[in-house]
Parts: sequence; C-alpha cells; structure tokens
Amino acid sequence: MKPVAFETVRAASLAEASRLLREAGGGAKLVAGGQSLGPMLNLRLARPRLLIDVAGIAELTVAVDAADQVVLGSCVTTAAVEDGRAGDAIPMLAEVAGHVAYRAVRNRGTVGGSLCHADPAADWPTALAALGADVIISDGRTERSVPVAGFATGAFETALAPGEILVRIRVPVPSHSAAWGWVKLTRKAGEFALANAAVLVDHERGICRIAIGALRGPPLVVGDARGLFGGGPVGAGALDRVALNRLLGAHGGDGGTERALHVTALARAADRAAAVRSRT
Amino acid sequence: MSATGVGASVARTEDDRFLRGRGQYVADWRVPGTREVAFVRSPVAHARLRAVRAPEDCAGTVFTAADLRGVKPVRAITSIKGFKLSSEPILATGKLRFVGEVVAACVAATRAEAEDLAERVELDYEELPAVTDMLAARRPDAPLVHEEWGDNVFIETVEDRGMTEAVLAAPLKITREIRTARQCMFPMEGRGALAFRDDRLRCLTLVSATQMPHIVQLGVADCLGLPDSAVRVISPDVGGGFGYKGLLCREEVVLGWLAQTLGHPVRWLEDCREHLGANANCREHHYVVTGFADRDGRLLGIDCVAHVDAGAYSVYPTSAALEASMVASLIPGPYDFRAYRCRSAAVATNKCPILPYRGVGRTGVCLAIEAVMDGIAREIGVEPYEVRLRNLVRPEQMPYDNVMGRHFDGGDYPEAVRRAVAAIGVEAIRARQTRGESDGRLIGVGLAVFCEQGAHGTTVLASWGRPVVPGYEQAIARLTVDGDLEIRVGTHSHGQGHETTFAQVAHEVLGVPFARIRVMQGDTLYTPFSTATWGSRSMVMGGGAVAEACRILGERIKAIGAWLMQADPADATVGDGCVRTASASVSFAEVARAWYLQPQHLPPDVDTGGLEVTAGYRAKRDSGTFSYAAHAVCVAVDPETGLVEILDYVVLEDGGVLVNPMIVDGQVRGGTVQGIGTGLFEAVSFDAQGQPLASTLVDYLLPGAGDVPEIRVLHMETPSPNTTFGAKGIGEGGAIGPPAALVSAVNDALRPLGVELQGVPLGPERILAAVAAARASTSA
Ligand SMILES: Cc1cc2nc3c(=O)[nH]c(=O)nc-3n(C[C@H](O)[C@H](O)[C@H](O)COP(=O)(O)OP(=O)(O)OC[C@H]3O[C@@H](n4cnc5c(N)ncnc54)[C@H](O)[C@@H]3O)c2cc1C
Repeated sequence: MKPVAFETVRAASLAEASRLLREAGGGAKLVAGGQSLGPMLNLRLARPRLLIDVAGIAELTVAVDAADQVVLGSCVTTAAVEDGRAGDAIPMLAEVAGHVAYRAVRNRGTVGGSLCHADPAADWPTALAALGADVIISDGRTERSVPVAGFATGAFETALAPGEILVRIRVPVPSHSAAWGWVKLTRKAGEFALANAAVLVDHERGICRIAIGALRGPPLVVGDARGLFGGGPVGAGALDRVALNRLLGAHGGDGGTERALHVTALARAADRAAAVRSRT
Repeated sequence: MSATGVGASVARTEDDRFLRGRGQYVADWRVPGTREVAFVRSPVAHARLRAVRAPEDCAGTVFTAADLRGVKPVRAITSIKGFKLSSEPILATGKLRFVGEVVAACVAATRAEAEDLAERVELDYEELPAVTDMLAARRPDAPLVHEEWGDNVFIETVEDRGMTEAVLAAPLKITREIRTARQCMFPMEGRGALAFRDDRLRCLTLVSATQMPHIVQLGVADCLGLPDSAVRVISPDVGGGFGYKGLLCREEVVLGWLAQTLGHPVRWLEDCREHLGANANCREHHYVVTGFADRDGRLLGIDCVAHVDAGAYSVYPTSAALEASMVASLIPGPYDFRAYRCRSAAVATNKCPILPYRGVGRTGVCLAIEAVMDGIAREIGVEPYEVRLRNLVRPEQMPYDNVMGRHFDGGDYPEAVRRAVAAIGVEAIRARQTRGESDGRLIGVGLAVFCEQGAHGTTVLASWGRPVVPGYEQAIARLTVDGDLEIRVGTHSHGQGHETTFAQVAHEVLGVPFARIRVMQGDTLYTPFSTATWGSRSMVMGGGAVAEACRILGERIKAIGAWLMQADPADATVGDGCVRTASASVSFAEVARAWYLQPQHLPPDVDTGGLEVTAGYRAKRDSGTFSYAAHAVCVAVDPETGLVEILDYVVLEDGGVLVNPMIVDGQVRGGTVQGIGTGLFEAVSFDAQGQPLASTLVDYLLPGAGDVPEIRVLHMETPSPNTTFGAKGIGEGGAIGPPAALVSAVNDALRPLGVELQGVPLGPERILAAVAAARASTSA
C-alpha cells in the first residue's frame, strides 16, 4: 500500500508548526518519528494533505534532568531514553524504553509521538502515568498541562484539541527510597504488549501508584493503590486479585484469560518493586 | 574428497551478490516505459458480483473481466477419479469466492497512482453467506462455493488396508482431534512480475518471482491462447518461495495480457498487505486420528479422518487434491504396522486456494501421529520416546514397504531417536522437572520423528493426480572455448544455493575448477524444460541430471583429448580438468580449442554433437528418497502467562550423502524456524464472514531471532541406494517436526496441571484457557 498524495514541510520552530497546523484547518498531521503515522499513511487510514515534520524543532528535542523532575521534549526519541541521553535521573525510563519495539523503531519513534498516538497497547502511556508525569500542550499562543493519566481519552484519542501540539513531558523524580516495577508481557521480543503494568512505591512522598496498560482503551491508573495490597508492603502475594479484577472490569477491560494476563503483569511488577529500588 | 566437490561445505557463490545488495530480484529489473499495476481485490468472501464499475475518466487504465476477452480461466485438471473441477477466472466474474480475489487491474505511472485508481473502482455485489470452516462446509445446508458441484468437496479418498476386527478391538485405543491453523508462507520477497513484449524474439517476456518458470510459461500461454514458444519466463533471483511461488498466479496472466494489449511494459509487486490479506493459503488441516495398540504400546493400526481446507479454487499445477491425497498416504509415518484406514477430503471454502507449503501434508500428519504416540505413552506410563522405539521401522527391515506401499530406502530410525534423546538430555530434564523452577515455570521435553519423502518420481506424483507430472529431469553441460564449464538447469534456486551445489556436482564429475563453473537457471529461453524446484527434488533430480550430462560430456572430451595425445580413449581418464594417460595429459582448454577453433585436429569420427550435452536423470527407483529426522525440544511454559520459551532444540537428520553440509544445515535450521512459527506463532483466523483477521505483522506473528535458540543440527548418513551420490531430498524436513515436538513438549510441561493441548499454534490464550479449564475441573 502506498499513501495518498500529500505535501510535506519541515517546521523550523514551534511557532511555525502551530501556524501551519492552524492554517491547514484539519487537513494536516504532525509527524515526529513517523513510526506510527507511517503505517497509518501506507494503509491509507490517515489521509492528510500536509505533513508537518516537527522532529527537527530544537525546543522539542531537548531533555533536561533536574533534581526534582525530568523534562523530555516531545520529540526525544525512545532510543535517547534507552541510552540514558535523556531521563537518566529516573532509571525506570530506560528500562521501559529498552523494551519498546525494536531498536530501529526506537531510533526514530518519540516519547511524545507515542503519547499522542494513544495506542492502547503502547508502553509510554502506562509507564509515564505510573510515574505521575504530565504533558505540556501548546496551541501556539498559550500552554496548558494535562496529567498523562488523563491525556489519552480513548483508544487512539487524546485530550489534544485541533491545532494543539504536545511540547514536553514532565516526570517527577521519585525519592531515593522509592521502589518501582515495570513488566511487559509479549509473545516475542519487540512486539506490542499483551499486558503491561507499572508500580511505583515512594513512601517519602506518600505514593503507591499503579498503572495497567494494553487494555481496550487508556491505561487503568490507580493513584492510591495501597488498598489493593491490603495496606501493607506491595508484592504479588499481597495483591487483592479479586479487587483488581473488579477494577479492570469497571474500566472496561477484557475478561477471561486476557484479564488474567493483566493481573499477572501487575502482580509481577509489584514483586519487582519489592526487589528493585529506584536509585542504588 | 575435493575441497569443492560433493560433500564439501563450499561457501555459496550467490551470497557474494546477495550480501552486497546486488541480487537481481524482479523489483530490481528496469525496463524503460514500465507502468505499475495495482489490483482491486474482493473485499468480501462470498458474493454474487453484479458489476464492476470503473470511473468514466479512467478508460484504458482500468481493466476487468469484461476486457479479458478470450482469456481462459485457470483449470487444474487432475487424473484422480471423482475430482471436481474449479474454474478460476483470471479476473473475478459472476461470483466473488474469497477475500483478496483479484477483480480488476489498474495501470498508472506509479504504484501510488494505480492505488488511487483502484480506490475509485466500484464493485456492485450481493453478499452471500460464506463457508469458512471445512467441517461446516460439509453440512448439507452449507452454502456452496461452486453451486454446480452440489456440495463443497473437491475430492474425498478412502484408504482401507488390512484393518481387521481384531485390530479394532485392540486393548488400547487412543483418539486425538487436531486442528492446524491457516498460515501465510511469508517469503522475504513477495510475488511480483514484470511483463513486456519482445518484438525481436516475437514473444511475451514475463519476469516473475516464481519457483517454476516453465510451468508459468505453459500456464500463461494456455490462458492467453498463445503458443508456448511465444512466452518467455525469466525467474531472476527469488527471495524465498516455500511453495508460495510454485503456481500459475492470476496476476501473472493479467500482466501478460496487459503487456500484450497495451504494448508497454507493466509491473506488479505484491505488498505485505496483499500477502496477508489475500494469501493466507496453507497448512489448514483437521484430523480425528485413532491409534490401536497392544498393552506394550505396540501400534497395531491407525484409523483417521482428515480434512484439508483447500479454499475456493484448485491451483495449477498442484491442484486442490494434492494435499489431501498426500495426507492419506503419509499418515502411517515412519512406523511399522499393517492395518490402516483413512478417509481424507479436500474441502472447498471461501478462503484463498491452498498451496503446498514446505513440508506440505507432513507437518500436520506428523503432529497427528505423534500426538497418538504421546497418548499411548501416557496410557501405558512409559517415556514417549520409548513408544517411538517400539514402533519405528527397524534398520534390519530396510528397505521397507509400509502399509501404504511407500518404499523406505534405508536408515536407522530408532538410532535417530536415541541420539536425539541423548542430545537433548531427557534424563537431566526429568531430574530438573522434579526439582522445579524458581520462577514458577514448568519445563517440558518433546519429541517428533518422521520420514520425509522427497524427490518423488513420476509414478508417485501420477498417483496423487497432479495435472503436471515430472519426468526425467534434464541438464545441459557445455564446455566453453576457454575450457570453462556452463551448466543449465530447469530447476530454480529460490534460496537453496543451487549455483553452488550444482557446480559442486559438476566439479565432482569433471574436475573443472569450481570457480570456472557457471550454473545458469531461471530462463525458459535457455534452460531445459522442468517442473522446477519443489518437493525436495532439485538436488536428487537436477543434480543427478547435471552429473549425467557431465559424465557424457566427459566421454566426448576424453575422445578428443585421447586423439590429441595419439592415445586410445580406453587408456585415458578424465578428471581435474584434464584428459590423462599414463604418460601424457591435455587440458580441457586444449580440447575445447581443438573443437571450436582448430577442428582440423579432431578425430575423423568425432561426435559432431560437440562439447555440449543435454542429458537426463533416471532414478534407479522412482519411488522417492526417504530422509528422516528426530526433533527434540525442551521448553519452559509459564502457566500464568501462557508464554512458551524454547530452551533447547536438537535436530538429528539423515539426508543421505550431503552435497554441501553447510547448506543442508541452513535448510534444516530455516525450516525448523518456520516449523516453530507453525507450532507457536502463526495463524490467520477468519471471522464468520470470511474476513482474514490479520492484516499487518502486528497481527501475524512470525518467529524472530529472539524466539529461536541455537538449533543444534546433528547428522547420520545413510546413502540412498537409488540416487546419484546417494543424495536424498532434505529441503522440507525442518518444517515438518517442530509443531509435533513443541506440542509434545508443552504437554509434557503442563502434565502436572492435568492439561493436554491439541492443535497449533500454541499461543498464550490457548494455553491459559486450557490451564484455567483444568483448574476449574479439579476444583469442581
Ligand atoms: C514495528 C513497531 C513496533 C512497535 N512496538 C511498540 C511497542 O512495543 N511499544 C510501544 O509503546 N510502541 C511501539 N511502537 C510504536 C512506536 O513506539 C512509535 O514510535 C510511537 O508510538 C509513535 O512515535 P512517533 O514519534 O513515531 O510518532 P509519529 O508516528 O510521528 O506520530 C504518531 C501520532 O502522533 C502525532 N504526534 C506526533 N508528535 C506530536 C506532537 N508533538 N504533538 C501532537 N501530536 C503529535 C502524529 O500526528 C501522529 O498522529 C511500535 C512501532 C513499530 C513500527
């Protein structure tokens, strides 16, 4: 399959990208790494008249590691995170990055592109929601922020309004004593997840948060998950599987064996959190 | 042994261009003025097609069945009695019978523009209920794929050999029901063709990614009403076939017609979406198989009902009958028993026509019979390999004619099992199982043993009713003016390395330096007619023909060489690129110079056929060669995720004398990976309307490097008594054993949970569902 004919332009700045997007009035699509949009174009599921390439905009490719938060420009590649060139202050990020797709895809695919594509099976939405990240969105004039946990509004649907661009992602750095676990179940290396789950336990900040992805829609995020572990230390043994099943059901997930996979993923993430510290 | 002769692991000649990106595939051919073709394909599985409407501004660029006046449909006629003929129109007319069936061809300057056109073609159809399941297709109320048949059965065959009341009353009766999924073959290179008129040769030239150039030549000529000689087929480098390119494609006929009609070159390259969406065309079988055995697990007989989902049409040249007939004749496997009954049917459904994929019927057959063997082992409480040892044909019985009259040409089947069992370390695995795994996974070991009939001869294939039956494979050997050797063969390498192995054969016979032998193939203009490369036949038959042509050429060279030395030919020998007597020698180059440039020096009674010979291969028996193998695998199964990891894989293979052991190992490994795909990953399911549910590689999982362990290939060598050099066909075995071995291993692992799975692929859903069901039944 070949795409329908389209024009393409490399935007030099965020302002230019915003202007082009506005002027095109719905006929344009932003392209970052092209790893999700490319297939959509080839399958003719996406039929834009204009592609606005934002991957070269300096503002969108910078990453800043500060003491309390990591800021990733939306066009930072998954490979940059895997290699520790971005987000190095939060070890879980590199762990997540290393299991997204294949290296060739990670070299081009971006963290922001993944969030905006909002594929239910993607890894970044689950992982960043568990870390309590938020995204900064610009309409070319003003900026607003949205928590990653609420950014995807459905399968392949986000809180982005027409003309808006995701500029950067802010991830709070967990405290030294925090523990985390990330589990991605796949049939083979490099595939999309059958189930993915993250657990963050940060006692100093009073955080016990979980996220479960690869559901039908956006990830299930439980901001205070202490109850799921009976109020005690997290771990597979302590997990209240019945309660989690109920939550997943209410979230609109699948039943049967698929549900069991999500529960297993979370149980294992909890076990890893019990074993892995965020900084050593 | 010469360093480049038979038995040497010579590096592949063709790899130099492949590895440097200089291969010449269809897509690499450039002919000025070429326009691209995109096909409009059926969006539905079953419908009455009322009209195909091209936009009005598209005259001369969109072509439908109405345009193809006089073009004949594809008809694969078989000699089997009772076979119902299907007539496959080149572009759909009257009815649509499967999703992806070609309906119209659109021609434009680029593929993207051709696809723009295709989008605008409207199909007016009335959808009909689809037949998507081969068993449901047999019900009296099933919709009919071909109304004129009255049912949906291409052919049903019945074998009944030696079944007695005593066998039916045997103390052990093990029945298994097994289903295999529909798969895509997925060669790296898809299909593709480029067609143009050659006014100088007065022919239509079709450059096509095919395994069988002469068959395509015949087929295209027949459909277009041209003499065979007016069609030239060039099959350049082909990036994998596995059976996927072993047919006459409708697309090839359309391209031929377009080139003839429009007068400019046209090209079509299949893309991944077309491959997945229109061509999930192999492997789908269903078996209910019962083994009858005594209390020691000695097999007394087999009773089987087998179905092959053959899809909507019978493909040329293999036909829809082939696979079901093979199944019936191959179920007995490598085992020694004398009572056999089998009913096998090829059933028409609203899916793409089935094609024989590497291993063909044997992959499913092996799974079915090995499941029975495992069942017997469970029943009598012995190691599964022990049951195999008790039932395999023993070396002292060789050569052995089995219950179906298959003539096993030699080997030690039990020893293959013993070596595979030792190599995988069954005892150590049993000890490990009792210890348990710290990560909660369950370990299992599985085994599959089979024999692989290859290089099937004329009588075998005639009995399977193939519309095109191969005969005496031929080769042309020619000494050039400078004493180099040119070999031309009608077989076609699509990854097997024939440029290397046929040169090794020629070198073995004549001693011409390996580097000075050129093997040419893949062009009907200059190669001998052949049904080409399929069925693990090329080395035995093509290689046999090369050897014979070289031997005769050697005689002619010897006669000239001896004359040049003033010697008696009876005192001369040929080898090392020279003709020798006890005291003198002349090089082939000197002989060639005499023949081509200085004929005044030739003997007066010289054979004026000169230094070019066409000769054919005649097997001592044409019942085929029988390679055999034992596959052993150790897996870890996670009962909480249903994920299977292969920890170790051993193949013990006896392919007779191996012309190039390195290439054979590559064949075995590649095939094994495909078999792992069948066993664990690959399936295209169809919804109730007959829509294939995999449209990208996200939905269709192929095994990748990370999913395959180092496959350990071990060898035994029992030369075939019937072939040149004792070679046997071994191209397919790798793909036969893995599903059976994997099912056996996964069941071994899950045995403590009371789970026994049948059928493939063993994806996590299937495993989890079985584990959940077993838990529910034990807690109930
Ligand atoms: C073979 C393969 C395997 C994969 N496996 C995985 C996997 O295991 N896990 C996983 O998580 N992902 C996987 N992916 C997806 C991959 O991570 C993508 O790269 C990612 O989802 C999209 O990032 P991108 O930069 O390529 O976005 P693009 O494809 O360029 O864009 C995706 C969408 O986001 C929009 N967009 C991009 N940037 C912005 C922005 N700044 N503001 C607003 N909208 C924007 C685009 O308009 C488009 O609609 C896989 C992809 C492939 C091809």
